[in-house]
Amino acid sequence: MHYEDRVVTAFTFASVTWALLGMAAGVYVAAELVFPTIDLGMAGLSFGRLRTLHTTLVLFGFGVSALIGTAFYTVQRTSHVRLFAPKLAWAIFWAWQATILLGGISILAGWNAGKEYAELEWPFDIAIALAWVAFAVVFFGTIARRRVEAIYISNWFYGALIIVVAMLHIVNSLELPVTLGKSYSLFAGAPDAIVQWWYGHNAVGFLLTGGFLGMLYYFLPKQAEQPIWSYRLSIVAFWAFVYTYIWAGPHHLHYHAVPAWVQSLAMVMSLILLAPSWATMVNGIMTVSGAAQKLRTDPALKFIVLALAFYGLATFEGPMLAIRSVNVFSHFTEWTIGHVHSGALGWNALITFGTFYFLVPRLAGAPLYSAQLANRHFWLALAGVMLYVLSMWGAGISQGVLWLSLDDLGEVRFSFNDVMAAMRPYYALRLVAGLLFLWGAVLMFWNLTQTFAKRSTVTVAVPAGATA
Amino acid sequence: MRWVSLHRRLERNAGLLIFGILVVSSIGGMVQLLPIATQHVHAAPGLKPYSALELEGRDIYIRESCSTCHTQQIRPLLAEVRRYGPYSRAEEFAYDRPFLWGSKRTGPDLQRIGGRYSDTWHRLHLIDPRSVVPRSIMPSYARLADEPADGNHSIQARMRTLATLGHPYSAKDIDEASAALAGRTELDALIAYLQSLGRVGAGVTPP
Repeated sequence: MHYEDRVVTAFTFASVTWALLGMAAGVYVAAELVFPTIDLGMAGLSFGRLRTLHTTLVLFGFGVSALIGTAFYTVQRTSHVRLFAPKLAWAIFWAWQATILLGGISILAGWNAGKEYAELEWPFDIAIALAWVAFAVVFFGTIARRRVEAIYISNWFYGALIIVVAMLHIVNSLELPVTLGKSYSLFAGAPDAIVQWWYGHNAVGFLLTGGFLGMLYYFLPKQAEQPIWSYRLSIVAFWAFVYTYIWAGPHHLHYHAVPAWVQSLAMVMSLILLAPSWATMVNGIMTVSGAAQKLRTDPALKFIVLALAFYGLATFEGPMLAIRSVNVFSHFTEWTIGHVHSGALGWNALITFGTFYFLVPRLAGAPLYSAQLANRHFWLALAGVMLYVLSMWGAGISQGVLWLSLDDLGEVRFSFNDVMAAMRPYYALRLVAGLLFLWGAVLMFWNLTQTFAKRSTVTVAVPAGATA
Repeated sequence: MRWVSLHRRLERNAGLLIFGILVVSSIGGMVQLLPIATQHVHAAPGLKPYSALELEGRDIYIRESCSTCHTQQIRPLLAEVRRYGPYSRAEEFAYDRPFLWGSKRTGPDLQRIGGRYSDTWHRLHLIDPRSVVPRSIMPSYARLADEPADGNHSIQARMRTLATLGHPYSAKDIDEASAALAGRTELDALIAYLQSLGRVGAGVTPP
């Protein structure tokens, strides 16, 4: 009896491929803000469609493929059983990749449900829901047959990812189809906005935060060869996280045409959220502190620890931006984009890269092709994400202050066009930042495929005689 | 500690864990989401559902993801009201499926754009933004001028779906929809939509 790891390998390489395509789309839209005519008047290259493709590919192609793959790897090893229904796991793999591929094409063709981060039209919404239910069956089926008494922490987070994202996706996708490529939301106007940001914020919460914390809780202690520092802290942080996150969505709607009590409640809950977020960060840092000397030589661990630092930064910045009097300046500006990318590049991408540098040599049964290349990737990624965040802070704070600036007569001091034109240098810097980050990801793609090319037949036996 | 031993039961029982996550994660949504999502927002006095041409324009706006760069939400702040016009109120969006408030202003807010510029200005601007706004970074939408409106002949089906969802379209509105779009381009439709935006809430009666 051995672990079903081939499907993990498939998800890993699919994830890396979507990362390259999604980030390349991101770099292209970043370039369009500096050189607005490079869409060549073509519908599929125009900013709106290509930006939607960018977010869809990185979120659902890169992010979710990485999460499903690592969940399947982790749940087997922490349960001491082979994956439940491996054929279903393979069906999920192909269904998910087909959904992203066809969904991506449909966005370029102009299918768009109009809701941010949920733009795929109703046929894809149904496909996603079905694949997600199958994901739940394989994951919880494996847990149900486990030969280890306790369910490991990682699996709580992956479990929360599966349950809550299913709930969010189904409610936010309630729509009435007109044709194959067009539907109308069951909700309209202000109620629709509340539903959308309940979804949008908690997709960030349970997918980009919770799901990747599942990854952190397994791969960080593994790579550091240290036990989790505090078990109790992880329990408190988990339940506080699951309870609190869901309230925070309407902080995306400060000063909007929605009831003030919802905004205030979301602001308070966002501030409280800082506690469980940082509790997890502290737990992670204390775990790795026993293996600090490994940081000098181990590229995988370097990525994971840097990701933890960006996790701390983004989960501090988030609550600050949720304060209404800060949000008044940051809302609608590039600051939001900077915040998202300090999370998405600094936390999600970096922890995934670190995990893949750990995972692929083990899946291939061969050493990493080049540690030097991985180190180069590390510095490119760090430079890229730092330049990205700094340029967007500069751009966003400028916009926030200049837009709201009034002269002595109470009239706006700067025209919209003046402020927009002032963004050009920041946009150019951000383009460079994106290129650096993408270059690093290309190096990783080469490194991992070369590692896999030298693979030997490797199967990992399920441990015998584990506690029942 | 007792709660730790309590938790031992949770982490040894998958069903209990799933149930726990479901309950704990639902509370926020129940309190915050349900009262608002199930609420009926009355339409502003004088607000009519989008005409066939405006609806076609709105669906093109959605297709092209214009809300990626343009918000339709004016906050009740002095600078915003001075720049864009009266602040947004919920009753103005009763016929917006989905809502298009956006989250980012790469370009300006458009909620009160209706009637601000002439149709000709919009035409020039959409075909070649830099011909009227020299420093603009908006893409050209010249291609919309070559596409007939309602290319897949779905306008009546779309209006019927919206009528099912409660938009007050009469049988006559729906019957005449195809004729209203005949000979018009996607660019005409988009301009009609932009000209319809925010006029009721701004205290301007639509023509």
